Amino acid sequence: MIECKNIVKTYRSGEIDTQVLKNISFKINDNEFVAIMGPSGSGKSTLMHIIGCLDTPTSGEYLLDGQDASKLSADELADVRRQKIGFVFQAFNLLPRATVLRNVSLPLVYAAVAKEEREERAKETLRASAFPEGFWHHYSNQLSGGMMQRVAIARALVNNPALILADEPTGNLDTKTGAVVLATFQLLHQEQGRTIVLITHEPYVAEHAERIIHIRDGEIVSDGVNRNRRLINNDH
Amino acid sequence: MILSDLFHETYAALSANKVRSGLTILGIVIGIGSVVAMISIGQGAAGSIQASIQSIGSNLVMVQPGFQRGAGAGPVSAGRGSATTLKQEDADAIQKEITQALAVAPEISRRYQITAKGKNTNTQVIGTVASYSQVRNVQVDLGSFISEQNVRALSKVAVLGPTTRDDLFGEGTNPVGETIRVNRVDFKVIGLTQSKGGTGFTNQDDIIFVPISTAQRFLAGDAYVTTISVQAKDAGSLATIQQEITDLLLQRHNIADAQLADFQVLNQQDIVQTASAVTNTMTMLLASIAGISLIVGGIGIMNMMLTTVTERTREIGLRKAIGAKRKDISLQFLAEAVTLTFIGGLIGIILGWASSLAVTAFTGIATKVSLPAIALAFGVSAAIGIVFGYYPARRAAALNPIEALRYE
Repeated sequence: MIECKNIVKTYRSGEIDTQVLKNISFKINDNEFVAIMGPSGSGKSTLMHIIGCLDTPTSGEYLLDGQDASKLSADELADVRRQKIGFVFQAFNLLPRATVLRNVSLPLVYAAVAKEEREERAKETLRASAFPEGFWHHYSNQLSGGMMQRVAIARALVNNPALILADEPTGNLDTKTGAVVLATFQLLHQEQGRTIVLITHEPYVAEHAERIIHIRDGEIVSDGVNRNRRLINNDH
Repeated sequence: MILSDLFHETYAALSANKVRSGLTILGIVIGIGSVVAMISIGQGAAGSIQASIQSIGSNLVMVQPGFQRGAGAGPVSAGRGSATTLKQEDADAIQKEITQALAVAPEISRRYQITAKGKNTNTQVIGTVASYSQVRNVQVDLGSFISEQNVRALSKVAVLGPTTRDDLFGEGTNPVGETIRVNRVDFKVIGLTQSKGGTGFTNQDDIIFVPISTAQRFLAGDAYVTTISVQAKDAGSLATIQQEITDLLLQRHNIADAQLADFQVLNQQDIVQTASAVTNTMTMLLASIAGISLIVGGIGIMNMMLTTVTERTREIGLRKAIGAKRKDISLQFLAEAVTLTFIGGLIGIILGWASSLAVTAFTGIATKVSLPAIALAFGVSAAIGIVFGYYPARRAAALNPIEALRYE
């Protein structure tokens, strides 16, 4: 469960303070699929950084899984990220000269999991996400964009995190492969009961979630159940 | 992060940029290689200088006459060692009084024209005693050295150096039993010494030994000696013996002020120390010149690592996002730098070794690759990796994951 209480984030550049997030409060329960939507400059990326424990708020409280993450040091935040959060980025951010298996098992490297167990868990995760076995030993830069993002999703899942955080996951993909990625999220949500937070500026992408939080100029403008939900038929 | 993963990441990162890694390693190879080669040349020189000092005998104290002054201690000096102030009795007294002396060998040396079987040469004739061979490290190749019996009996016998033998009888011949004529006196050849090699200024093989009593009676016609060599039982007693001999001779020669001594006592240890001070300075000089190239190599490492950190900013951001701590990141980059210098150091040592062997093979200069020098080079190369890799690694570790992920 995620809870934001009166979160304020201020950036200081020179003499001018810019308030990027103004008093944001909301709750996301376990097994929810939420989209945070807003135009660029709305503060949604900053919010994503705080939810993802990449940054801490200037004031306010952020509870992740019951733990207050708003006043942790850089290394403590790294521990929280490793244990509780799986990231999916717009630009995939895979290691180019590493195999699919190596990429997927990378988070376990920092959790000091032994090699055999690491590979076993990476294979399990890839199998669960129906990633074709023939590509497991390919280098990640030999894959198509859609395939790369599916590897990135598997990497986000390998640690069995409490929260999957996807930042514009379809931004670098065409509509068709984007749909495959969104379908994967819906599947993870429905079948495995994962908590997913999707950050996007596209209403079309946001409409794949159960609930949409609109954010503009650092404030929540609306927060409610998505009534026009797009469901993708998940027949592989 | 497990150690094997660290190796895996390091290998992957370095092999991704083979040319760049290779060139950076080359910088370290040249640095370490030249340090190893220079130290080995310096130590080789030190070794050969010490060996040539040791070849005149070990633990030696040498007594030589002082200045020859004109009548009434006039202003004209004929130089050190030219005076005839040391007598046979002085040598006998040293033999008797200095209990710590292992052996005493007085000698009288002078150059004479030598003839044998129609050939002739001009060489150093040394009149000495049986213990000379022990004190001055003279080995006999054929026949025997001068015996105490020869000295007592004033025997007209001679032992030839190999070069003198070559000049008089031809190379490789056995001169034992032949007769040579020195200053119109016939000597029977009883032995041939082993070659000792030259010491730069003098050829220790162009020499003839005869009994000291014979030389004093038939050649010089007086009882003076030119040098008394005293062998101490170990290096530690050299200074004591030197002092005791000085005191004894001052007393015998009735000289109150040591400054006015008509003889000088030289200690071999002093000569060795002076020589090694010189060669050590030379080695340091050579090594520090080579050390400059090592520093340049280290800067190359730092340069490459800084470039790598910039290039892999996104990767660093990703690693941090999925849970890498500062320590994990800095360790990874430090490992890359140390691996570069480690490989460079290893190749550098081999190359330095090979080039010092090549120097010996092509120029004949003695070289000596010592284990401490190699250990030092290895330690230095690892240290360079740590020192020059530390700053880039710290920079990588300090990157903010948000900035790093955003970096294009």
